[in-house]
Amino acid sequence: MIWLGIDTANTPLSVAIVKDGVLLVEENSGMAINHSLRAMPAIEELLTKAELKPSDIDAIAVSEGPGSYTGVRIGVTIAKTLAWTLDKPLVGISSLRALAMDALFFDGLICPIVDARRGNVYAGVYRYDNGKLISIYEDGHYSLEDIMKFLEQDDNQVLFVGKDTVMHEGEISERLGQQAVIAPLHFNLPRASALIHAAIQSEQESDVHTFVPQYRRIAEAEANWLKGQGKDKSRE
Amino acid sequence: MKKDMYILGIETSCDETAASIVKNGTEIISNVVASQIVSQKRFGGVVPEIASRHHVEQITLVIEEALLDAGMKPADLDAVAVTEGPGLVGALLIGINAAKAFAFANSLPIIGVHHIAGHIYANELMQRMEFPLLALIVSGGHTELVLMGAHGSFKLIGETRDDAAGEAYDKVARVLGLPYPGGPEIDKLAAGSDAEIKFPRAWLEPGSYDFSFSGLKSSVINYKHNLDQRGEEINPAHVAAGFQASVVEVLTTKALRAAKEYNVKQVIAAGGVAANRGLRASLEKAFQEKGIPFYVPPISLCTDNAAMIAAAGSAMFTEGVRGTLAMNGKPGMPLISWNTEK
Ligand SMILES: [Zn+2]
Repeated sequence: MIWLGIDTANTPLSVAIVKDGVLLVEENSGMAINHSLRAMPAIEELLTKAELKPSDIDAIAVSEGPGSYTGVRIGVTIAKTLAWTLDKPLVGISSLRALAMDALFFDGLICPIVDARRGNVYAGVYRYDNGKLISIYEDGHYSLEDIMKFLEQDDNQVLFVGKDTVMHEGEISERLGQQAVIAPLHFNLPRASALIHAAIQSEQESDVHTFVPQYRRIAEAEANWLKGQGKDKSRE
Repeated sequence: MKKDMYILGIETSCDETAASIVKNGTEIISNVVASQIVSQKRFGGVVPEIASRHHVEQITLVIEEALLDAGMKPADLDAVAVTEGPGLVGALLIGINAAKAFAFANSLPIIGVHHIAGHIYANELMQRMEFPLLALIVSGGHTELVLMGAHGSFKLIGETRDDAAGEAYDKVARVLGLPYPGGPEIDKLAAGSDAEIKFPRAWLEPGSYDFSFSGLKSSVINYKHNLDQRGEEINPAHVAAGFQASVVEVLTTKALRAAKEYNVKQVIAAGGVAANRGLRASLEKAFQEKGIPFYVPPISLCTDNAAMIAAAGSAMFTEGVRGTLAMNGKPGMPLISWNTEK
């Protein structure tokens, strides 16, 4: 069973190939290079390194967001087009869950964070339980304040993961003090191999044609339009 | 016997998700377009983020339908042609990345096509192009006069200095309180009008083939404003007729002068606004009088579609033009000749 994993949901790029439970090759990059320039060439290089052809791929795991709208769409478009034309299953995994996967054995809460500007973050809160990562605060677009309030009610230590954590480190330690643990740098890039591991665990195949990113946020124009219609769903 | 060539075209530069298969660059085998007009109508124009979200929902369905309609498999294709630019970057990226993934999975070459080259090559799907040829491209994003000496050889001789013709139509339609998209609405109103308000024509300096429509748009706004101040109602049909008359006269006159100066064998119109009945009628009459062959593709090939991208892609493929898996969206891509010999 050969898996291809793709994560372009935010600035980092990660692509990996796992064969029969073994990670063959992986590329992880935190460089700010447009995903349209790098993603497909990286996938081609990876298959060459693994001595495989596109038709050897048995399943595809992709980071479905949340994150940069354009970034998520590039990975999802590549993944769903490959899955459709190769007629192989596709599994979407939350970009935040993928980040939290790196911290699997942390004994406490795990909070993956991606900066969303203006004091907002894409975040979720997870807990490692019986070999599985359980979501205890739903992935979403929140103010950092919302996340802090939720975490303050808990006595457990919280491990923050994601490269954007440093941007909010001041506020986090001010609010949570000793309760907060900042992940070491090598935990902070999403890894496509972790995505594949989560996909194998999830056993939930997606419908390829209707598969879309989980933006976790309504488009601004749509929010304004709904407001004009008297239905404020901007926090959907 | 020469083998037939089948090119899959993909177009997502604005608000249409489209895929098409074209045989030998001239024959449409399938042509699928998923339009977002119904969704975008709410916003009174195309919202880039909404357009990109729709493209992701539609892209594999549209490509699959193009293959099913044609009764073909990926292995039957020779190459994949996709709009590389210009357009909305987020929208372009969906078509480009789907095209790259599809081409890679099926070991096909990929070709990046300029959207305007596509509009021009829509004519190859109707009759063969003859050179030298003058193309008038009028759409929501473009107003250009392009001279072609041969396949793949483009010389821009005139373009808009401000608004595109289609943009002016949409803005004036908004002033008149007409629904989006405004072009067809104004065309309809103008056709039924018994009088027209006289608005200025922007000829620019003598000899120039450039266009300008922002002054015309402002005079329409001022006209309405003046009547509003006096508490008078405007007659939308008269305004629509006057606005359209100004646009059509400038476009027709400049195209005609260019056709004569460059002694062209053929004039073609392309782009969404080329579907406008008033403009079509005026161009047809003017060129018929001068005995210059003039063609406009049917409306379905004037508005954005992927058959035109496949047609241009076929001409490029024949010339050996190839793209790479590192293809990026180019929102401001210039129209560059792929044939630089002529
Ligand atoms: Zn167009």
